[in-house]
Amino acid sequence: MSYITRYLKRGIISENPIFVQAIALCPALAVSGTVFNGLGMGLATAFVLLLTNVLISALRGFIPQKARIPCFVVIIAGAVTAVNMLIEAFIPVLHANLGIFLPLIAVNCIVLARGESFAFKNGLVRSAFDALGMGLGFTIAMVMLSAIREILGFGTLFRDTALVITLPEAFPQTILFILPPGAFITLGVLMAALRYVAAKRKLKNEEVPQS
Amino acid sequence: MNLILLFLSAAIVNNFVLTRFLGICPFIGVSRKLESAVSMGIAVTFVLTLSSAVSYMVYTFFLVPLNMQYLHIIAFIVIIAALVQVVEMFLKKSSPTLYSAMGVYLPLITTNCAIIGAVLINMNEGFNFIESVVHAAGAGLGFLLAIVIFAGLRERIERSDVPQAFRGFPIALVAAGLMSIAFLGFSGLI
Repeated sequence: MSYITRYLKRGIISENPIFVQAIALCPALAVSGTVFNGLGMGLATAFVLLLTNVLISALRGFIPQKARIPCFVVIIAGAVTAVNMLIEAFIPVLHANLGIFLPLIAVNCIVLARGESFAFKNGLVRSAFDALGMGLGFTIAMVMLSAIREILGFGTLFRDTALVITLPEAFPQTILFILPPGAFITLGVLMAALRYVAAKRKLKNEEVPQS
Repeated sequence: MNLILLFLSAAIVNNFVLTRFLGICPFIGVSRKLESAVSMGIAVTFVLTLSSAVSYMVYTFFLVPLNMQYLHIIAFIVIIAALVQVVEMFLKKSSPTLYSAMGVYLPLITTNCAIIGAVLINMNEGFNFIESVVHAAGAGLGFLLAIVIFAGLRERIERSDVPQAFRGFPIALVAAGLMSIAFLGFSGLI
């Protein structure tokens, strides 16, 4: 069962979709203004990814090799349609906040890439855990990015939910972080910071065996 | 007059890349060289305009009369994928030089969220046929403008001494953020 932790670790840390692979940046930049939106988008994408990876893996014996991409696209679009309708029915506020980025999960690079490079070649359980790892990695990245933007921009955390925390008045609210430029700059700096930490850790690990 | 405003709004004020965050993947991925950025921008503009026109017709004359609007996501994706394929085959036969310049970027366009994003915005805003096409053309040219400027910036970044951790994507994102601040200046225009 060691592959479970390996897949989860891979999705969250070593091959994180946003911080390492830098794919699916459109939703990451667009709906990361508040933690509520970021977490909602992350979980919706993770759920679609789980659904499509399992479906593609289950159907891989029936999908012809040459026509696989159109088949994947239809499976993904079907899953997104279902999730879109579910969110519209049960969490209408989130549906309104995410806007066109909810149907746009259908063209999210992570979903197609995992189907093509993993689920089409692997068994059902493995594909499910691969999807969980990548989905969690995406969700964690979304929460980190949106928490930073919300704190710096609004001076709050978890707004639009019952858990809202408001920082003291003296805390400066920099409106730039809520506007589009803030998204680009925050993600760029966060990515660089994580790379710096990763490089430091790697250096440390390499030094230990020598000494 | 309204059409001109719509065009300018899609191209500059609500620039697809820098304010709406649509089409970031090619914007970051294919902007290392100026020539490839120009080819990508033209290819996107062309497919965007064409797919908006076709999607409008399919949505209005098939999905609405049959009461199947809930299938719009699947329908739009299939239309865009089919159109990209047709454009690719047409270019290969009719203009090999243009094909070799644009060809490699065409398959990438299928999963470009700017295309389906524009189609969905047309649908949500209830634009008519002419408005849809004008909006899409404006959005495409806005994308072209943004990616060409950005490619120019990146060619200079390549030659400067960037800290190790910022090399590649991070510095590109920060540069895009600064460009986005410049585009914020247009927001009072319309």
